[in-house]
Amino acid sequence: MAAALVLAMTASAAAQGQPVAAPSDLVASDHPWDNGTRVDLTWTLSGEDAALLGYVVRRKGANDPEFVRVELVPPGTRAFTVSELSPSGSYLFQVAAVRPDITESTPASTEASLTPAVQWFDGTRFWFLLTLIVTSGAVIWFIVLARRGATLKVRRIAGLEAVDDAVGRATEMGRPVLFIPGIQDMNEIQTIAGISILARVARTAAEYDATIEVPTSKSLVMTAARETVQQAYLSAGRPDAYNQDAIYYVTDEQFGYVAAVQGMMVRDRPAACFYMGSFFAESLLLAETGNGIGAIQIAGTAQPAQLPFFVAACDYTLIGEEFFAASAYLSGEPDQLGSLKGQDVGKLLVAAGILAGVLGSTAAALTGSTWIQSIVDYFTFTMLA
Amino acid sequence: MKRTIPLLITALGGFALIVAYFIPHTQSWGEQVAVWFDVLASLAFVLGGANLLKIHLKHVSDRARGWGYSAIVIGSFLATLFVGLIKVGVSPAAQSPDYAWSGSYRQIGSAFWFGYEYGFQPLTATMFALLAFYIASAAFRAFRAKNLEAVLLLGTAFIILLGRTFAGVALTSWIDPANWEGFRYLTWLRIENLTVFVMSVFNTAGNRAIMIGIALGIVATSLRVLLGIDRSYLGKD
Amino acid sequence: MGAFLRDEWWIMLLAAASLAPLVRRFAGEGFFPALRTLDRRWIFLLMFWSVLLPIYYIGLTGQTFPEVPSALSQATFDEIERLQEGDPILLSFDYDPASEGELGPMATAFVKHAAAKGLRMYFMALWPVGAQMIDDTIARVIHTDYPELVYGQDYVNLGFKSGNEGVIKVIVTNLRELYTTDVRGTAIRDIPMMEGITNIQQMRLVINVSAGYAGTKEWVQYAVTPFPDRIRLVAGSTGVQAPLLYPYIPGQLAGLLGAIKGAAEYEKLVVDAYGGPNPDPRYLEGLRRMGPQLVAHLLIITLIVVANVLYLADRRREMRR
Repeated sequence: MAAALVLAMTASAAAQGQPVAAPSDLVASDHPWDNGTRVDLTWTLSGEDAALLGYVVRRKGANDPEFVRVELVPPGTRAFTVSELSPSGSYLFQVAAVRPDITESTPASTEASLTPAVQWFDGTRFWFLLTLIVTSGAVIWFIVLARRGATLKVRRIAGLEAVDDAVGRATEMGRPVLFIPGIQDMNEIQTIAGISILARVARTAAEYDATIEVPTSKSLVMTAARETVQQAYLSAGRPDAYNQDAIYYVTDEQFGYVAAVQGMMVRDRPAACFYMGSFFAESLLLAETGNGIGAIQIAGTAQPAQLPFFVAACDYTLIGEEFFAASAYLSGEPDQLGSLKGQDVGKLLVAAGILAGVLGSTAAALTGSTWIQSIVDYFTFTMLA
Repeated sequence: MKRTIPLLITALGGFALIVAYFIPHTQSWGEQVAVWFDVLASLAFVLGGANLLKIHLKHVSDRARGWGYSAIVIGSFLATLFVGLIKVGVSPAAQSPDYAWSGSYRQIGSAFWFGYEYGFQPLTATMFALLAFYIASAAFRAFRAKNLEAVLLLGTAFIILLGRTFAGVALTSWIDPANWEGFRYLTWLRIENLTVFVMSVFNTAGNRAIMIGIALGIVATSLRVLLGIDRSYLGKD
Repeated sequence: MGAFLRDEWWIMLLAAASLAPLVRRFAGEGFFPALRTLDRRWIFLLMFWSVLLPIYYIGLTGQTFPEVPSALSQATFDEIERLQEGDPILLSFDYDPASEGELGPMATAFVKHAAAKGLRMYFMALWPVGAQMIDDTIARVIHTDYPELVYGQDYVNLGFKSGNEGVIKVIVTNLRELYTTDVRGTAIRDIPMMEGITNIQQMRLVINVSAGYAGTKEWVQYAVTPFPDRIRLVAGSTGVQAPLLYPYIPGQLAGLLGAIKGAAEYEKLVVDAYGGPNPDPRYLEGLRRMGPQLVAHLLIITLIVVANVLYLADRRREMRR
């Protein structure tokens, strides 16, 4: 750096009054396999490249009054990718050499304007596609394995084994079963998982002849839950026992909903409470009220912030992925259990990636090696981006 | 047939959107579908409102247990609807003073705003405040040192509880290099530093692990639903 | 404190009287037996007094605990402090009255800081009632202490748009596609400070006050991650949400105020810099709320300790049998 500066000073002293040597042969081409927001620029270095501060890259869109600066790249750089362009715009580009005293050369320009093309595949998402294929492939592979008859071992999840006991307890005490599928709408995967579990709990309730109540916070969830519970009663052979009004809409407003449900819990005193879905601050309110009325409580959510409240106040809690596994687990069907094994492959991948990244970063930091660092950077910013 | 069509819609729609994510021309499809969902959800409001009225009117007419509450629900529902729709107490907007209904239904001073400010806001804040009482009773009942994990939980709970207050900071403020040079290596013991350490190292690690598990669970669940293997949301067959 | 006890003897008497039956039970049945059958409503009553009495005391005497700003609060303060007069900033208030206790003081302090520095404030909300929170904060800070600021030139309220993260995805590239008017119905092109503003990458800073979904996590994912060099973000969030945001510090999130403690620390920094010798109590709300927080936390710690003493005593009794 100091040498370059000295060189620059001598160079500029020698070339006093002389214009900066410009870069030449600026070529702009469309960046391949992207979503039409990038253009690659290449140029030949300026004659006094070693004495420069760098090259300033500019672009001018069709509607821009003048060239706009994009970036200042270090000396020795022959290529640069301009990003954040609009796929429908056409652009002209300029590259100029800059001395440390901020004098610029005449810029090298592109003659014709270029419109970045939108390709059929977004190359920036390539690694994501690969990861997706590997993870999904693992899940599907294990489903296929299970269909062929392989026995797959899945660990016990205490909360799910207690479902039958909970519903049985409610039947014995003559009190209803309460099921809350979370407070978010059907476009949230946790709600769908909750509704899947509702199907199985409803079927058990139908078989044991217990009443089930499902207050919902969203109208679409009410509609979906009604369909689900009706089908569950049908498949349990008790279509007459189905009561449509047991699944009702309360309000979209979070605390209005929980106030209504708390009131219902204190008055009707359900003996078994299931909280399966996406919850926010109302998790503790529901769980403590359930505790106060002496109900057995089984909760499951993938909201990490609410897990501690459920763990503290409920008898059983399904944490994160256990909640998503619940529907498969309760079904007992081999191919559904197979998909759970596939998740483990994904976890192995993640663990391997973490280990590789940590070891790589540590090695790069300890040895100061640039190529290890560049591998780690590629891993972090390109493969995982 | 009744079962096949929903499954087909699910599978085709789901996979189409996954593929669309990778093709630049179609990357906006996902947002478009999200807008369609918003439209659906807005229409569903009417459904939900009608169901609400039906259930509570039935409670009142049957004189079922707690029918007084149902009467209050119906009353406040209709009152809020009326006041908002008719824009009671709203003066015209500054830009168009000739049109009586041009003001926002939420205008400060209007009847809707009054109900919101002095009814809804205090009630919501009250419900949220209940959490403070419940956490105290939950703490008393559940935080027993039953095993090693529970002891660890209690330890970190004490550190965080104290660290977030002035008392905790005062408790360890004597660990200051100004008092003794050796404390320079022990400043991490100060409770505010311990708090940050616990939150940013242990808590973050735990959260990340849970979030990774959740993400993989979502992949598996979505695949099961899209491939039609898990049909329980349609009712078990 | 002595003067307080003397003058407000009636509230102390009320508290003592309400707790007297509990004390009598402990005296009569013995400590452990009474604890074993303790009705949870006594705990509620204890919590009630441990929050009310400090609030009352602080309200009367105006004394607050001294706060030492932590690194994160300092980082948040510095991030706003480095801005120049006239810089545009985006403030997104994504919370509702339920979280006003934790987030209200933060919002007030942010607006106070921005107004004192002469920044151009663009308000928006991703929660429906967030628009109301914006109005309240503007009324509390700008209308009272900075009446010289002109709506449309120094600050504008763009209001609520539904769509959660969908809104963020659109406004990072094209703000005007979604916001055609401000909250009052004035067309965007008629608002002087919106001239030349096409997207939020032109904002020098994004300040987000969030209570859940959609909130800071969505801003990080859909605004900062696609444009890490163009968008800088600081946030204030509830205590429950804060741990989920720690992974994003300092890469995507330049500063974070977590819970009422973060709010109190940030308030102290703002009030020390811009509050003057006699700061208005409005800007000390977070500091005031730390008092009940302390007593409540001490109560919870006491309850946990007592419960564990009971548990250990019971276990020893079981083992002796």
